[in-house]
Formats: sequence, C-alpha cells, structure tokens
Amino acid sequence: MTINLIILPVLFQFSLAIILLFFWKNILAQKIISIAGSIVAVIIAVGLFSQVYEQRIITMQAGNWIAPFGITFVADTFSTTMVLLASLSSLAVAAFSSVTIKKARMKYGYFPSFHFLIMGLNGAFLTGDIFNLYVWFEVIIISSFVFITLGGKKAQIEGAVKYFTLNFLASTIFLTAIAVLYGLAGSLNMADLSGKIKIIENQGLVQVTAILFLIGFGIKSAIFPLYFWLPDSYHTPQAAISSIFAGLLTKVGIYALLRVFSLIFIPDDFMKSLIVILAGLTLVSGGLGALVQTNMRKMFSYMIVCHIGYMIGGLGMFTAAALAGTIFYLIHDIIVKTNLFLVGGVIFKINGELNMKRMGGIYDQYPTLALLMAVPLFSLIGIPPLSGFWPKINLMQESFATSNYFLLGSIIFGSFITLFVITRFWAEAFWKKIDNPVRKPYIIYYDQMPQSQRLLLILPIVFLSFISLYIGLGAENIFRLSNHIAAELVDTSAYVQAVLEAQKPL
Amino acid sequence: MEIVLAIIVGLLYASGIYLMLRRSLVKLVIGLVLLGNGVNLLIFLLGGLVRGKPPIIPATESILGEIYADPVPQALILTAIVISFGLQAFAIVLIKRTYIVVGTDDLDEIHSTEEEDDY
Repeated sequence: MTINLIILPVLFQFSLAIILLFFWKNILAQKIISIAGSIVAVIIAVGLFSQVYEQRIITMQAGNWIAPFGITFVADTFSTTMVLLASLSSLAVAAFSSVTIKKARMKYGYFPSFHFLIMGLNGAFLTGDIFNLYVWFEVIIISSFVFITLGGKKAQIEGAVKYFTLNFLASTIFLTAIAVLYGLAGSLNMADLSGKIKIIENQGLVQVTAILFLIGFGIKSAIFPLYFWLPDSYHTPQAAISSIFAGLLTKVGIYALLRVFSLIFIPDDFMKSLIVILAGLTLVSGGLGALVQTNMRKMFSYMIVCHIGYMIGGLGMFTAAALAGTIFYLIHDIIVKTNLFLVGGVIFKINGELNMKRMGGIYDQYPTLALLMAVPLFSLIGIPPLSGFWPKINLMQESFATSNYFLLGSIIFGSFITLFVITRFWAEAFWKKIDNPVRKPYIIYYDQMPQSQRLLLILPIVFLSFISLYIGLGAENIFRLSNHIAAELVDTSAYVQAVLEAQKPL
Repeated sequence: MEIVLAIIVGLLYASGIYLMLRRSLVKLVIGLVLLGNGVNLLIFLLGGLVRGKPPIIPATESILGEIYADPVPQALILTAIVISFGLQAFAIVLIKRTYIVVGTDDLDEIHSTEEEDDY
C-alpha cells in the first residue's frame, strides 16, 4: 500500500524553501517563516515516527511504479528516527541563526538554502533507492556549498575549495560504485539489491564495490584516513552553519554506511576487521588532533572526527548489541554536536575570542549559563548519567565480547582524550580569570544584545540540552528504540518484504 | 566497442585524478569535469551496450520480445549530467572568487588558517 505521508517531510521543507524565496529581501518574514516552519516540521516528524514505530514499515512507490522498477520511499524506524532528530536540531539551529547570522548573509538566501539542506537530509533518510540516495546527497552538498561560501571571506573561500573538491570526489566515487553495482545486479532498489547481490557469481567484484561505497561515504563522514578536509573547512563558516554541518552532514554519511552495509553488503570477516581498524584509527587520530588545538572551533571539528570512530566501530563489529550502541551514539551525537557548536557560538559572543588561551571568566560572569553549557560539554565526554555514557558502555562490552581489543583500547583512549580536551577547555574558558579583556568594536557582545535576542541565542541550547538530558536519563527508552532499529538492521526481511510485497497498482 | 569505451573510461579517470593532483586551481576543475564525464561513460558501459534496439514495444505485441537497450542507465546519466553541470558551474565561479580573494591559483598557497573574529 502506498502511503504518501512519507514524502511529507521532504515536500514540506521544499515548499518552505520556495515560500522563503518570495521573501528574498524581507529578513524578518524569513526568520518567522523559518522558525514556525521548523516547528511544524518537528510535528510532522513526530507524527511519522509514531506511526512507523507503533505499527510497521510504510512505503511509497513514486508514480505507482511497482518496486523494484520505480523509485521507492521507505520509512522504517531508523529513517524516521533520523528525520525526527534532523528536524529537532534544525529547529534549534533556525532559531539560533535568526540572531547570529549577519544581515548581509541572510539577504543572500541563507534561510532558503537552509531548508533545501534539510529537505536533502530528509530525502536521503527516507529513500529506498540507491541512485535516489546519490541525488539527495547532491542536494545536500549543493546547499552546503552555499553555506560554506556565504560571506566570501578569505578563510571561507579557501575552506570551500577543499570542501568542494573532496565532496565532489566522494560523490564521484559513490556514483562509480552505483554504476558497478548496477552493472552487476541490474537493480537500484536497495531492498531488491539485498536479495540479488547474494546470487552474483563474481563476489570479488562485489567486494570491490563495497570498498568503493566505504570510500565514498567515508569521505563524507570523515573516517580515517579520509577526514583531513573536515578540520580544514568546518571551522570557517558561522556558528549556526557549523553546527548543522557538525550535527547532521557527517551523520548522513554514517546513516548511508549503516544502510548499505546492513542491507546490500553484509560485512564478512575481512570487511568487519577493516572497518574496526579504521574506527580505532579514527578515534585515535581525531583525538590527537583535538589535543593540539587551541582554536575552539578547530578543536570541536577534531572532536567530530574522533567521535565518528565510535559509530563506525559499532558497525564494524556488526552484532545486534553493537549496532544498538552505534544507533544510540548516533542519536546522542546528532543532538550533542549541534549543541556543542551553538555553545561555541555563544562563548564567542561572550568573549569575542576563538583561541581558548585568550578566553576566560564565563563562570564568573554568567554562572547559570555556564551550568547550562556544562550539559552538552559533559554529555560529549559521557560522564554518567549524561547521554554519551550509555552507548560507550554498550560498545565497550561488545568489543570485549567480539575480542576486538584494539577497538576497545581506542574507545577508552578516545574517551580519555575527550575528557582531557573538554576539561581543559572548561578550565580555560570558564574558570580562568582574564585581566582587562580587550573589546573589539566590530563584534556585538552578548551583554550588548537586547533581551529578546539573548533569549533566541539561549533557548536553542536549552532545548537541545533538555533532549540530551532526556537521552541520558531516559536511556532505557532510547535503548529500546536503538535495539529495535538494530534488530531491523540485522534482520532486514521486514524491510525487504515491505518494499517488495505484491503491490498491485490501484 | 566495449573495449574502446573501457579504455576511454580508464583514461578519463586517470587524467581526471592526475589533474586534480596538480597545483593549479584551473586544472583541478578540469580534472573534476573529466572525472564526472568518466563516471557517466562508466554507467553507460556497465548498463550493457545494445546496438539499435530501442525499448519500444511494437504495436502488434504487448511485451518486448527480444533483447533491448536498457533505458535506466540513460536516465541515470541524464540525471548525473545535470547534477555535474550545476556543480561545475559552481566550481568555476568558486575558482574565480578564490583567485580574486586569494590572488593566486596555486593550491599550495591556499593554506591560511588565520583566525577570523567572525563567528
């Protein structure tokens, strides 16, 4: 049965972006439409999520072409969870950007591009067709190119060159993989491929294709050794933009990896150990990178790379429990990384500095705010009972159970580095006293802002921190959800059946 | 025919990647263009080449009787061409901007990680 509700998150963001285009010069209207629209998007996502979680996987066949011949949209628990998380963090970022993004940048289509980006994300999460996934990836990267160049500063343009080249290369490799896959199996529907890939005689070529997918998505999700473009470009745009990049863009790569490797290429021992080693190296190299940084944004960018390793590691072990840990970490990470960069934006507004050597005194000036910022920072480390703690426990247990001691060591190392980096940051930015700070005339400082603007700056952080707290304190609910998703990833028969069941045209 | 196409695809990939590794920004973009074209040809090649058999059902029959050219790869290529066209247009504007802002087209000169007070 075709249910058109699936396409609603995509269509809604699309129409929102088009409506915003009509208000090109009217920034106030754009802000209101964008925030109100994002609230509606959350409601839609909750509706879709509850329908799928309580009942079953729903599908939509575009143009009523029976699968596998047409483009299929599939909403299972995994994809709807991702859509929900994307809509939650995009709501926070929309509110945050309405006060932090400069007027000149808003006049050049910030908000329309923002909603095109979210549309691309929702599309990527909901599609059941591998080529369609490629198209959604392109929608995402084209919108992100607008973001990364918006403003046209020297560092931004230089970051954009690297970002553009690497993303183009990743897309090309992804497309090459699709071409080989189509040549091998003659299908593009992921559910259909999951059956067809097993009966291909030339399994060697299947392995090569799997590696191509791993490289393509690996560049996008910044796994070792393909991450070097990320710390060179993610720190250049403004805080709100970095936060949406950090929270969602690398995670869509992880989503695609999980989908492709659970549905099409079931990892064999070689693949598993390859992914596990890559995960360990990602954790170690990202952590070491963060260790030497004094620039707040660069440090946070390396933290993104480091924490990608946890998710890849769970995928590499490929047991139901490890995948549940990965999903839990993914849920936690999307919220906390978005929040982290928003916190970074507020810290910059308070201090006017990006180098943490020159920061200080936040705890003195704003004790309540400091307490609020402690939630995302300590969730990131995973101090119990905050949200990062639970998936790590799960991943550690599983690496013991599957005797992946290298990964276990890397997980512990990554956690320690995160602990060290964040506590050092805390000590520098929050506790250290600074003597007569220099005020820069061209920055609007936090204490110079009117109350309403401050509220828009802080509320998104409060909102995301509450979600983080819920993930940490209501961990049993999130575990139930992630176990459910992991079970769906291990046993894909329900997914395949939902897509390929005899769907007679009406 | 397949062998010719395979060689061309290989050449396009090789020269695309070679040009991407050069220091010049212009060569980088040309490399990206070549790589994009290489992928499109690869899809075409792997979709299976069939000469002169369009997938059109004759009026007298209800299904296709014999081997026919698969229309799916062509649809994929069309989509990919449109996408890479957009990306290439963006890339050309980007290198123009880079040249204006940075004042060089040498990729080795593009390494400023200067701190900006603009967040």
